[in-house]
Amino acid sequence: MLHDIFINPFVDMASAPDFFVQLIWEGFVAGTLYALIALGFVLIYKASGVFNFAQGIMVVFAALTMVGLHALGIPAWIALFLTLGVMAILAIGIERVVLRPLVGQHDAILLMATIGLTLFLKGVGETVFGGEPKSMITEELGLPTGVTDFDILGGLVSLQHLDIAAVVIASLMVIALAIFFSKTRIGRALRAVADDHNAALSVGISLNQIWAIVWFAAGVVALVTGIMWGARSDVSFALEIIAFKALAVLILGGFTSIPGAIVGGLIIGIGEKLAEVYWGGLVGGGVEAWFAYVLALIFLLFRPQGLFGEKIIERV
Amino acid sequence: MFYREAGQFKTNYRDDQAIFPILQDRIGLGIIIAFAFIGVPLLANDFWMNSIMIPFLIWALAAVGLNILTGYSGQLSLGTGAFMGVGAYACYKLVTIFPDVNIIIHFFISGFFAAGIGILFGLPSLRIKGLYLAITTLAAQFFLEWSFIRIPWLYNYNDSGAIDSTTPKLFGLPIDPASGDPVHRYLIVLSIVVFLTWIASNVIRGRIGRSWMMIRDMDIAAELMGIRPLYAKLSAFAMSSYYCGVAGAMMVFLWLGSAEVESFDINKSFLVLFMVIIGGLGSLIGCFMGAFFIFVLPIIMRALPGFFNLGINAATMEHVTSVLIGSLIIAFLILEPHGFARLWQITKEKLRNWPFPYG
Repeated sequence: MLHDIFINPFVDMASAPDFFVQLIWEGFVAGTLYALIALGFVLIYKASGVFNFAQGIMVVFAALTMVGLHALGIPAWIALFLTLGVMAILAIGIERVVLRPLVGQHDAILLMATIGLTLFLKGVGETVFGGEPKSMITEELGLPTGVTDFDILGGLVSLQHLDIAAVVIASLMVIALAIFFSKTRIGRALRAVADDHNAALSVGISLNQIWAIVWFAAGVVALVTGIMWGARSDVSFALEIIAFKALAVLILGGFTSIPGAIVGGLIIGIGEKLAEVYWGGLVGGGVEAWFAYVLALIFLLFRPQGLFGEKIIERV
Repeated sequence: MFYREAGQFKTNYRDDQAIFPILQDRIGLGIIIAFAFIGVPLLANDFWMNSIMIPFLIWALAAVGLNILTGYSGQLSLGTGAFMGVGAYACYKLVTIFPDVNIIIHFFISGFFAAGIGILFGLPSLRIKGLYLAITTLAAQFFLEWSFIRIPWLYNYNDSGAIDSTTPKLFGLPIDPASGDPVHRYLIVLSIVVFLTWIASNVIRGRIGRSWMMIRDMDIAAELMGIRPLYAKLSAFAMSSYYCGVAGAMMVFLWLGSAEVESFDINKSFLVLFMVIIGGLGSLIGCFMGAFFIFVLPIIMRALPGFFNLGINAATMEHVTSVLIGSLIIAFLILEPHGFARLWQITKEKLRNWPFPYG
């Protein structure tokens, strides 16, 4: 038993390094997508202290809207911009209708409101676009679809071009967000709000406006995530369960840290792939379903603020 | 004017400590319980029993369980569905191992298994709270779901991976959902729910319940006053999971008849959380109102198109229901964040003074 846990998996890794590298790459791509979902959470949590349960469904909703608009005969790129418009309207709507009246309520109430929002968006998405899985309009958007095989480490490691594109686009978006946060006027206002609501209010920053912007930013992140995820599998509501994994990512990375979301996402993405393949057999497989949460649970016991989170977490 | 306690004097401590110190409350509750035990079985048909009354009571019991944890002790939990599952699987194992024992005893014992698992997953609550704790309960939810699939011993190695009620009998009468009389099942569920709710209301009023509320309101102050968070929090997790476990066991053996992992998935956890929030955090009567609202509303919604012959198909109606429930939850949170329980309180206050503007 101990032999199976501590020795055999590593022997397997060493004996088939090409497979190991392939797994790491797959985990890396999955981790990028977890990180993107977590990024949406962090943006909103930082600015408004709302734990946005609806981020996962926003991803599905954005992707569905785009595919649905394209199905109506609208060219892919215009559909993309129209979807951005829809996400902007959604952000303003959520701020007006849901957040503004609930300012200052208990955490649990705000969490419940976003769960309500999840149901709402799910229902709207299913009513308007239908509940069946749809394929993403990958080619129309000009995303590459080929495969490159690398002949290294005594075997083949194949990288989907789509996955490479996903990683590149995700990185570009994170860089863009970082520049937006540090160099622009709105970005500075956002950071001010994240630091201290009252102080930000007192220097004339409109909280309502900032919240709408943050929700829109989360909507943009959701759209990019939706396109990437949809291109890898299908656009379907099953993604919602995957979005829960982003919560575990948040624990690892800290609720308020963007680098934390990225590193946490990658750790979980790679970790669960390796755990599934090398250790999963010991417990009958299916480890991927809970690996992220149990890792988060263990992490909480030793470092509750996460890898990069703020030190001040209320501990008991 | 309908609800005045004038003239009801308390002359000893016993009266002072009664659960319902006001006569009108006692009469009202007596009428409701009498109606539930006698009136409902006479009036309701099989459909009402099977699809509304029995599940409503079971969900209400689960909501009471979650309310103990979230409403009274302030520990947010998203693992209710899994704890119900633990009760259900434990009961299934008990029934197959000891088939001759009275099924009601099995219900009560299976709750203890859920309580044990609840304590285990409640341990992180000693170090963290709030949303972080909610995520650790998510870990419980997904880990337990996985266990229900991957540990075949739990479902006796059968091929379907489902657990089913093995035609339990009580006093010689069949009470499984397939062949039993729904009225019998209803009465069993009702008795257990009333009994457990009565226990809960007394525990909450007592020393343990007060320690929960102290921890909820301010943990540091509670510690200073001699409450040990370890005992307070873990006892809340234990009792909450016990209730959820009994509800889960009854769900399989008295309502669904068979269940698999999907019967205890994360959506069930949300469902119960909705019931608690809509009903009112920290209120037992709220659990029942919330359970009724959240459980019965979708049934009515689904029945509506058939009723009016609107040519809407079932799938569309399902989606529209989801939209409406989502909006209703948001609307409720905005308009009355304290739920039905607060509305009920306001109504009582109004009844007290009506028709005069002031008492």
